[in-house]
Amino acid sequence: MSEGTLYDKVWNEHTVTTLPTGQTQLFVGLHLIHEVTSPQAFGMLRERDMEVAFPERTHATVDHIVPTADQSRPYADGAAEEMMSELEENVREAGIDFSDPTSGDQGIVHVIGPEQGLTQPGMTIVCGDSHTSTHGAFGALAFGIGTSQIRDVLATGCIAMEKQQVRKIEVTGELGDGVEAKDVILEIIRRLGTDGGVGYVYEYAGEAIENLGMEGRMSICNMSIEGGARAGYVNPDETTYEWLAETDAFRDDPEKFEKLKPYWESVRSDDDAEYDDVVTIDGNELEPVVTWGTTPGQGVGITEPIPAPEDLPEDKQDTARRAQEHMRVTPGETMQGYPIDVAFLGSCTNARLADLRRAAALVKGRQVHEDVRAMVVPGSQRVQTAAEEEGLKDVFEEAGFEWRNAGCSMCLGMNEDQLEGDEACASSSNRNFVGRQGSKDGRTVLMNPRMVAAAAIRGEVTDVREMKEVNVA
Amino acid sequence: MTEEIPEVDYVSGTGIPIRGNDIDTDQIIPARFMKVVTFDGLGQFAFFDLRFDDDDEPKDHPMNEDRFKDSSVMVVNANFGCGSSREHAPQALMRWGIDAIVGESFAEIFAGNCLALGIPTVTADHETISELQSWVEENPDGDIDVDVEAETVTYGGNTVDVTVDDAQRKALVDGVWDTTALMKSNARAVQETANSLPYIQSDD
Ligand code: SF4
Repeated sequence: MSEGTLYDKVWNEHTVTTLPTGQTQLFVGLHLIHEVTSPQAFGMLRERDMEVAFPERTHATVDHIVPTADQSRPYADGAAEEMMSELEENVREAGIDFSDPTSGDQGIVHVIGPEQGLTQPGMTIVCGDSHTSTHGAFGALAFGIGTSQIRDVLATGCIAMEKQQVRKIEVTGELGDGVEAKDVILEIIRRLGTDGGVGYVYEYAGEAIENLGMEGRMSICNMSIEGGARAGYVNPDETTYEWLAETDAFRDDPEKFEKLKPYWESVRSDDDAEYDDVVTIDGNELEPVVTWGTTPGQGVGITEPIPAPEDLPEDKQDTARRAQEHMRVTPGETMQGYPIDVAFLGSCTNARLADLRRAAALVKGRQVHEDVRAMVVPGSQRVQTAAEEEGLKDVFEEAGFEWRNAGCSMCLGMNEDQLEGDEACASSSNRNFVGRQGSKDGRTVLMNPRMVAAAAIRGEVTDVREMKEVNVA
Repeated sequence: MTEEIPEVDYVSGTGIPIRGNDIDTDQIIPARFMKVVTFDGLGQFAFFDLRFDDDDEPKDHPMNEDRFKDSSVMVVNANFGCGSSREHAPQALMRWGIDAIVGESFAEIFAGNCLALGIPTVTADHETISELQSWVEENPDGDIDVDVEAETVTYGGNTVDVTVDDAQRKALVDGVWDTTALMKSNARAVQETANSLPYIQSDD
């Protein structure tokens, strides 16, 4: 069993008691809710005549179904309007803060938490959304939960959980040019498998991780779940504190910041902490990674050949065969030159300001390929506003990208932004499952945001490292 | 949800094989069917895109076969239920008629969501599962008995050992998987824990 890790410490701080099932009753420091997974939980609460126990520790946003073009109410999609109204009523009744679209603070739940300083080190954070692992980037213990558990948290402020093992994933060295956090996590998932993290929490450490900004750390923690780990985290450090100091929570309250900092420091994993498993990855060796298949684990370096199913472990062969048929890729070839129809720059993995800045730098002075439909969907209204003020919107629009309002959008196609027919999409999101982007014949290729920009311009999957020197404007 | 919490120490019924590793919750219930504010009626959409073509015509899928239409024990392979945390997935399976799932392995959030609904997710190795899947194909009317407490599955006169996660077993066997009621009874301890947390103290 692990000892002295951040996971152990935050777990202990929040333990209420042990339940008769052997599970731990864990106090939840921050409960984030959105429109898709919470209405049924509020319904269950009403059926039992219960109230929200800690409304002040709960925060709501709308992201999955929100239209990213015309947001006037009522929404054109009746089902979306119904979900939105239901959420509005639930939060009003319970007295829960709501970053709604009129507030200027709305956005994807995993973008707005960190942005507003709701997400803090040493907290337990839950949300009815598997990518809640994102918040671990701040040294919080954050995991996705199901709707019955949302009911638990609403009613009691707690969640029943079993303690897991901790695997330290150390990424050493320095990431090369064109290699980003997204590539690191795609590589981790490819090596350890989509179920490699089942039963584990991942601690990301090592020089390559420490050198990342908060956005990069969030991209990595975000996709812990794609590797089967329910949570992933990075120990808080100066980079974390710099981000926090600028957020709503602390900007005008330096005293509170100073008061909490010792706690944040205290939850860092000890130097002699014990882990259940340690994996080391040489960051110097990595190149941009793209997926060739229909699970996030089916990734390949951009210059490497797509594997033949028969060369994979036996239990992976069948899935690989079906994936290659769906994607229409040929083993032995690389993914370079794979034609794309759509470029999607968005999602809670890669739609923060730093992501958009990097992509815009590549796009500037270039044009989206004539056969490509390209869109940028900022992760939040704040990201959107900041990007507009910086002129990023103009850069994207001049190049032929569509500039949309904040939301989940084509990451899962619950609003009008969807793939059509068998379109292939270069996507900065986190899931390439069949049907994920709204069309069951659609084909998703996951990659980092600059690679998405490169693919949009060339009309095919492109090694971004080939492009930078020709970037003149 | 009712206040009466039944114990789920035993599930019995005919089986249905769903083959393949890494079957994600986007396949179990595509996102477009989640634009609902209740779980009622989700059953008909379980595995929708694998069961129906563009014109809503049924495709080749076990859940479309007459011989499996009354099945209640689903037999699956590895990493079943990976991906999105949507409870809509087990809800759809439950409302289709599934009471228990036997498989090689399950994604954690999915298994937790099943537990919250009182659906056991029991595991066995690849060989055991393959044999069971083949047997179900041959014997669609044959009963499978899932004994959660004894950690066994019995079919066609054959009893095999399976694994049930400890907490899950206890919760199901003792009928204490209604965690809301359990945790609610510790309200005072909850408040004490909350008060001890530096970030909560600094909010006051
Ligand atoms: S952006 Fe995608 S992965 Fe993130 S919360 Fe929205 S739907 Fe989920």
